[in-house]
Amino acid sequence: MSMVDDALRTDSAAIASEMARRDRMAVLARADGKQLRALWTGLSLDPAFEMIRGPETGLATVRGRISGDGAPFNFGDVTVTRASVRLADGSVGHAYRLGRDQGAARLCAVIDAIVHDDRIAERIDRTLVQPLRQAQQDRDARRMAETAATKVDFFTLVRGED
Amino acid sequence: MYVAVKGGETAIDNAHRLLADRRRGNRDVAELGLDHIMEQLSQAVDRVMSEGALYDRELAALAIKQARGDMIEAIFLARAYRTTLPRFGYTNPVDTAAMQVERRISACFKDLPGGQLLGPTFDYTHRLLDPGLAEGATPETPETRAPEQARMMRVSDFLGQEGLLEPAPDGSAKPVPDDIARTPMTYPLDRDARLQALARGDEGFLLSMAYSTQRGYARSHPFAGEIRIGEVELELEVPELDFAAPLGRIQVTECQMVNQFQGSAKAPPQFTRGYGLVFGQAERKAMAMSLVDRSLRATELGEDLVAPAQDEEFVIAHADNVQATGFVEHLKLPHYVDFQSELDLVRRLRAEAAAGTGEAREAAE
Amino acid sequence: MQPSLRPESFLEGGFADPVLGGQAVFRCIMQAMAEPGTVQPISHDLQPPEPMTATMAAIAATLCDADTSIWLDATLAANAQVVKWLGFHTGAPVTPRADQATFALVGDIGAMPALADFAQGTDSYPDRSSTLVLAVEHLDRGMALDLSGPGIRDSRTLRFAPVPSDFIAQWAANGARFPRGVDLILAAPGAVACLPRSTRVRQEEG
Repeated sequence: MSMVDDALRTDSAAIASEMARRDRMAVLARADGKQLRALWTGLSLDPAFEMIRGPETGLATVRGRISGDGAPFNFGDVTVTRASVRLADGSVGHAYRLGRDQGAARLCAVIDAIVHDDRIAERIDRTLVQPLRQAQQDRDARRMAETAATKVDFFTLVRGED
Repeated sequence: MYVAVKGGETAIDNAHRLLADRRRGNRDVAELGLDHIMEQLSQAVDRVMSEGALYDRELAALAIKQARGDMIEAIFLARAYRTTLPRFGYTNPVDTAAMQVERRISACFKDLPGGQLLGPTFDYTHRLLDPGLAEGATPETPETRAPEQARMMRVSDFLGQEGLLEPAPDGSAKPVPDDIARTPMTYPLDRDARLQALARGDEGFLLSMAYSTQRGYARSHPFAGEIRIGEVELELEVPELDFAAPLGRIQVTECQMVNQFQGSAKAPPQFTRGYGLVFGQAERKAMAMSLVDRSLRATELGEDLVAPAQDEEFVIAHADNVQATGFVEHLKLPHYVDFQSELDLVRRLRAEAAAGTGEAREAAE
Repeated sequence: MQPSLRPESFLEGGFADPVLGGQAVFRCIMQAMAEPGTVQPISHDLQPPEPMTATMAAIAATLCDADTSIWLDATLAANAQVVKWLGFHTGAPVTPRADQATFALVGDIGAMPALADFAQGTDSYPDRSSTLVLAVEHLDRGMALDLSGPGIRDSRTLRFAPVPSDFIAQWAANGARFPRGVDLILAAPGAVACLPRSTRVRQEEG
């Protein structure tokens, strides 16, 4: 096998792992704080960690695009809480979440760090991330179905001879 | 000489205590929780978020509770709070085409792909007060139906294909927009700065301005090309990650207003556009914003300037209700010395008028 | 092997306590700016990546945030860890344009652009000028400068090294642009001194 193939394979594995990390972070960012804590408690993991930064609450300014797809503009701020942690083994984790729940942000950063260990990652994904993702997908599906029920079905009334 | 007068500390303390009491009201009535406000007065929460320029449902609910439902006071509280927080940066622009749609209608096309989705709207209600609601009725579970498609194309995307609709302004000319929250505004503004000011502008003021354009104060023949409400995902570029950090979702309302345009020296006959984008479910505000955005483009499009809604400085400088309320309400503060001097002047003018001389009047001018 | 297990160095070396650490450094910079030419000892626990000096890092971590753009000279910009460290610990965006920078970090004084090349502010907004942070080696030797102006009772002597080329003439021109013009923070190991635009500088004779 050539070095190029090798490099490509490593690259695509790295990309896949980044995608998985982003996906997990998206689920955690959206997760309800209470549900997140309950699932975490159920895992009985208690890793030692230190804070690198935060948890701290601040603002991100939201941008839109003129007419939806044109030049960008700022239209308001959102509250965001972030945290970065380091575990005893040196693994680092980061978290960003809308809102001001600092405990949840810290927990998300710990989860982001702990999944560097493949064995724990599998368990976390199965028993914590997947139930959260399922809850989010269920909510989305329910809302989409509720919206779909308000779709207008037009019908035409034919009048006259022609 | 300036004489400072102090006093009133006890009166102020007692007034605040009285305010807290009146805010709570009758103790026999259950206290309002923030969850009640967030869940049952969600449109009020949305308005505080959009005009407070701060998306945080719980904070907006607290502001409403603290302000006893005075919306401008609540908006003021939200604005004041946001100044206490550090800024982490700017999100990537939201993609409204990828919105999880909760309502989507077009007044231009009956059979648009994805259809007309009414969502939770006040439209078609009869505006009759509902005594049943006063008694605390439990609503029926919403009807459901299998959705047809997840991603819904914007109306402007297929209207634009024929070239009849002006294209959106290209982002490459100005990749970093102005930020009126950081830098004082200097007129004339670019459209991005104007939209930011309109997005936080007072709903009532923008509604009146928009209405004026429809009644003939500025030439305008608008169609609601598309209104959509739903959730969009936010992302923030951060140095510690190789991808944009996903933050979660917010609800926004988008309005694409399409205006007939007969052409001018600067632009061919085509449909032009006004744009509205607002936090939360805020359809009236998004529509007003898009109409005013369009009327403020008069100079850019070479239209005659004939109406207040085309006057950028008039509209933008007076759209912010926190600024407006500050200046109007400051008149309540003591102006004792100012008024004494005015009183003296008027007395002298009257005395001189009676005596037939005009020295004081000249001095006053 | 898990490459991501090893934390990248830019995550390290920030304030252990950002609030108290930042306040202590801010107090020191404010004192140095209020009394131009005085040498203020600075203490902190920052350990930035090379070649950024610890004092410069402390100033950046204290004064810079997402709303202040930073210009880096070639020496500092060449190190990606420096750029990432600033991004992570301050949130400030890095700009390639010296004339648009809120703060300019100069690691190599010998190669620095002219003072006039940085943002000068406007007569209406003189605050929109660049504050230059210069990594100096010494605040107790070098060219002796005789200072006068606001914050100085009669006159005060400041020595620092290295000194930017043609500094006396450049500083006079900077003063002539008042109220526009740049302000300088001289960042030495363990100490800072400041030259705000309002300070007049004369080279001491002898």
